[in-house]
Amino acid sequence: MQAINFLKPNRDNIKNYSIIGSVLILISLIDVISNAFLKTNLTSFLPGSLTTLFPLILGLIGLNMMRIDYSGNKTLDLLNKNINTNNFNALLTLLILFSIIKALPPSLSWMIFDANISGDSKDACTGTGACWTYIKVWFRRFMYGMYPNEFHWRINTAFILVIALGFVGYFMKENLKKYLALYYVIIYPVIAYLVIYYLISGGSFGLQWVETGAWGGLSLTFIVSFFCLIFCFPLGMIFALGRRSNLPVIKYISICYIEFWRGVPLITVLFMSSVMFPMFLPEDFFMDKLVRVIIAITLFEAAYCAEVIRGGLQSLPRGQYDAAKSLGMGYWKMHIFVILPQALKLVIPGIANTFLALVKDTPLIFVVGLAELAGMLALAKTNPKWLGFAMEGYIFASIIFWIICYAMSKYSYNLEAKYKTER
Amino acid sequence: MSDPIIKIQNMNKWFGDFQVLKNINLEVEANKKIVVCGPSGSGKSTLIRCINRLEEHQEGDIIVDGNELSEKTKDIEKIRAEVGMVFQQFNLFPHLSILDNCTLAPIWVKKMPKKEAQELALDQLKKVQIDDQANKFPGQLSGGQQQRCAIARALCMQPKIMLFDEPTSALDPEMIKEVLDAMVSLAKGGMTMIVVTHEMGFAKEVADEVIFMDEGMIIEKAETKEFFANPKSDRTKLFLSQIL
Repeated sequence: MQAINFLKPNRDNIKNYSIIGSVLILISLIDVISNAFLKTNLTSFLPGSLTTLFPLILGLIGLNMMRIDYSGNKTLDLLNKNINTNNFNALLTLLILFSIIKALPPSLSWMIFDANISGDSKDACTGTGACWTYIKVWFRRFMYGMYPNEFHWRINTAFILVIALGFVGYFMKENLKKYLALYYVIIYPVIAYLVIYYLISGGSFGLQWVETGAWGGLSLTFIVSFFCLIFCFPLGMIFALGRRSNLPVIKYISICYIEFWRGVPLITVLFMSSVMFPMFLPEDFFMDKLVRVIIAITLFEAAYCAEVIRGGLQSLPRGQYDAAKSLGMGYWKMHIFVILPQALKLVIPGIANTFLALVKDTPLIFVVGLAELAGMLALAKTNPKWLGFAMEGYIFASIIFWIICYAMSKYSYNLEAKYKTER
Repeated sequence: MSDPIIKIQNMNKWFGDFQVLKNINLEVEANKKIVVCGPSGSGKSTLIRCINRLEEHQEGDIIVDGNELSEKTKDIEKIRAEVGMVFQQFNLFPHLSILDNCTLAPIWVKKMPKKEAQELALDQLKKVQIDDQANKFPGQLSGGQQQRCAIARALCMQPKIMLFDEPTSALDPEMIKEVLDAMVSLAKGGMTMIVVTHEMGFAKEVADEVIFMDEGMIIEKAETKEFFANPKSDRTKLFLSQIL
């Protein structure tokens, strides 16, 4: 049995190597943890810079000793393959691990241990951590904007109704399935519009009229995103097909449309819609600002959708068109039954990308005076009674946006898996 | 002698500046089986793609079943529905099951009731012996099975003419036979067929006439026996000596 060579591990002494290696890594971890959580430096006897580098060096040696190919131990092999392939990767692993450990205590104490949530005024926040009281007090504003408190049930009911109507497709009878697309593209948006108009705006059925200027917060984010999403997709599809059309008029109209909207920044489009557009309208014609903004974003995003969908159309082999044509299908039948189902499946990731960008672009409507979630934050942080809590607000908003976007991207992965029929 | 079901007169076609088909004259009578052969790039595929207007010709006339194909042809879909086509790369619709591949066009183009279309499709699939695969997707089938499904799909439209564009060229040798068997039994059923292929055995067994093409021209057109026994042009002799 050969002597243990510290820098050249081999399979013969695998047990010794892995035990010594894990002990070394354990020591380095203990050192970092005690440093971060207990604020004690175990290696204070070492000279200055060596103290900080000590756990890194120790960990590196440990990982080096454990790096044995095909050790036969599954956990060890997995570890070596994924985080410990060479010294550089081992160093990265340790650095990331140590940074997380170092960052954990201060962020935890700010967010939880030193934070306040009781009370309902700024004075309740006595700790050094976050002031969640601020979020608690402003919560309804962040969700519903300036919408009168006693009518919030109207927003909730409207949303529940719209979501429920969205699930109708799942419960449709087999013989009605062919109208599914028609339902989602035309009927559903109209019903959703009516529900939101009569419930949230009110003005009839004994409900008090609430101006769209008072709408705001997360509910406004949802309303804007919802209508933009369901309208920009079919519109984008039309322009994608238009751009590939053989008819020059349709083709060039589509190209002009797409290139125009892709060429202007969203923020100018929003300004135009709210400031310039009303000037061109006849005097007695009134269109609500929110409607104008939704139309502007829809037209803007439709151009992006069109190009994403065109990418999918482009990637289909010509044989698919040939086969559909040779069976006697005309342009529309060929596209509806053969081309679009395949192309749309291919562009699910791209469409999800565009939709996520759209949701995250909605805060821009603040520039025309509509305050959705991020807009309400901007208002709240300048409130003289509640100065200095911007941080809490932005963390709150980013968590909410993250949840929305993560849910959307998860859903897109599910769709991808659902429609996967190729090998 | 009956009227020809396909009639091509003085047809020319260009891809840009390149003339792919030169002065093609061809008449095909109903129920005849024609095999088109020739070296690659000779315009065989383009010729049969012109017959259902997947390619447009620039000069001359093509008359299919009494309808002239030109830019003015309004109901090109109707003509295509009567001309089935099988492709080298199968071109099944990968997002639909085998059965749906076969019923899609009958239901939506011919407005056949769904039940009836499915029965017809299963019947056709049975003829090519893949009715047990009906609920699988094209990606789960072997090349030979896919090509047989493509034949069944074309037949579900109950066409008057079937065009085959090198149906066995993308297949393994073992699978070629099963596809050729399906084509032979179709030929025996009396279908009008135009087949672009390099399978000379198939030509000898089934074809009434063989056409040899090179550089966009029909070099030789003869009865099958005559074609193989004593080819007239030197180019044909050279080709046959290489392929047989």
